[in-house]
Amino acid sequence: MKIIYADNNATTKVADEVIKQMLPYFGEYYGNPSSMHTFGGNVDKKIVQARQGVADLINADPGEIVFTSCGTESDNSAVYAALAANPEKKHIITSNVEHPAINNLCKHLVKTKGYEVTFVPVDKKGMLDMDILYNAMSDNTALITLMWANNETGVIFPIEEIGKKANEKGILFHTDAVQAAGKVPIDVKAAGVDMLSMSGHKIHAPKGIGILYIKNNLKFSPFLIGGHQEKGRRGGTENTVSIIGLGKACEMAKEHLNEMDTRVRNMRDYLENQLLEKIPACSVNGDKDLRLPNTLSIGFDAVEGESILLLLDQEGICASSGSACTSGSLDPSHVLMAMEVPLKSAHGSIRFSLSFYNTQEEMDIIIKTMVSVIQRLRDMSPFWKDGKMV
Amino acid sequence: MWEYTDKVKEHFLNPRNVGELKDANAVGETGSLSCGDALKLFLKVNENERIIEASFMTFGCASAVASSSALTEIIKGMTLSEAEKITNDDIADFLGGLPKEKMHCSVMGQAALKKAIADYRGIQILEKPGEIVCECFEVTDLEIIDAVKKNNLETTEDVTNYLKAGGGCGNCLERIEEIIESVKVN
Repeated sequence: MKIIYADNNATTKVADEVIKQMLPYFGEYYGNPSSMHTFGGNVDKKIVQARQGVADLINADPGEIVFTSCGTESDNSAVYAALAANPEKKHIITSNVEHPAINNLCKHLVKTKGYEVTFVPVDKKGMLDMDILYNAMSDNTALITLMWANNETGVIFPIEEIGKKANEKGILFHTDAVQAAGKVPIDVKAAGVDMLSMSGHKIHAPKGIGILYIKNNLKFSPFLIGGHQEKGRRGGTENTVSIIGLGKACEMAKEHLNEMDTRVRNMRDYLENQLLEKIPACSVNGDKDLRLPNTLSIGFDAVEGESILLLLDQEGICASSGSACTSGSLDPSHVLMAMEVPLKSAHGSIRFSLSFYNTQEEMDIIIKTMVSVIQRLRDMSPFWKDGKMV
Repeated sequence: MWEYTDKVKEHFLNPRNVGELKDANAVGETGSLSCGDALKLFLKVNENERIIEASFMTFGCASAVASSSALTEIIKGMTLSEAEKITNDDIADFLGGLPKEKMHCSVMGQAALKKAIADYRGIQILEKPGEIVCECFEVTDLEIIDAVKKNNLETTEDVTNYLKAGGGCGNCLERIEEIIESVKVN
């Protein structure tokens, strides 16, 4: 069965061009980039090139890029570095829709280290309450950490505006740009961020590689203490193969930014409009304008997400659901809960996330399949009768 | 990922006895939209108290649909007194087992059946006896004690998997732990 992959916010296909760049470094060129000999030094040259590729994607200097093992490590490193740089400050500002890499870390810091954390709420469109955010900033604030774009809804936070305010107040500002990178332009200088996290596998590089951007001259304490690698900011022998792959993926991401904003956005809009038109009682989660061009989170009344996903799976369509029906809680995701998405549609929320590999034909298949899947589940739902919710 | 037995998959993809039974003389409803799953069970019971037809409507995940489908297949042809003895384990066994975090789907089937039988007999199921421990899913201490004993549950997670209790806000988890301990001691 042919797979239609519409779950690109979960992970992406490793691009053929990326694999091609990586392959020789698995085998033939296994040298250690730190070695004195030419055999290792040649690998270092590729890493220099890759670092430049990453820096170019986000308008950073290559020296500001630190390679890590994943987005979660980048997030953890950033938060701990900020706290270490301001040991007297005991307050952190974040939002209540962050990825677990930030959300659970902040909760952990409250529990074990006595930090006070302001979880800024979002409104029904998933947008930050800017008054609460600004009012929370104080002399005691060590760090503001906010995602650039939300993984579930694609809603984009006004990072530039917040960065300006944070800079004025002299508060460190970190952003988790794992979902934004490669989908919308990122300029770390214009955004006024001190640190930024990115992950390789969301932009067609392999899993197990991430980066942390650390602004020049920022006081930084490493999370992994070890050798001199990454200028002492992250110990451990470099993951040479994946770094080389990520460099290529970043070059490609930059080349595809325009396509994301046009062809991919048009496909997403087409999918969204057709689903809204052809299926009654469904609604989009999140702000429609301030949103990543590839993401659609859509809730269907009176049906449950896992059932939708498994019926899509039967047709080879990969998507994900906004409800985590894996524990007894059966609660919709913390993001949809924070947005107060009504329970009637939150439980039946599905996320489609596209990439530049998707095609218009695939959208037509998804639409056709969704129409029949939702109908089939509503036909057996006790909350659906005569074409409407009961 | 699918972590269901072939039988669960089969009953989800081809559920038996779906839809409202127009001439049902016993109906049992359990769950709600906010809980994330709900089941409405319809029975047609003849003058000998035998279930001659059963059907269901379910909102929920694959295992909720499969459990409902299984339940209707199990009880068709049974007398009410036979059906009364059906437990959630019977439903799970019929399906070749359920993942433990989905056991509450089979519990939902048992609860709907109990309500449908009570409906037939004209008995109102009054407020549940015992004291509510989990406010989110309205689960009482007696229900928890019962489930812990019958299924040898050992952790709060087990209790959540079976009864959902503790799976919402989580405020009652400590109390559930106490209950588990007290059952162990006794």
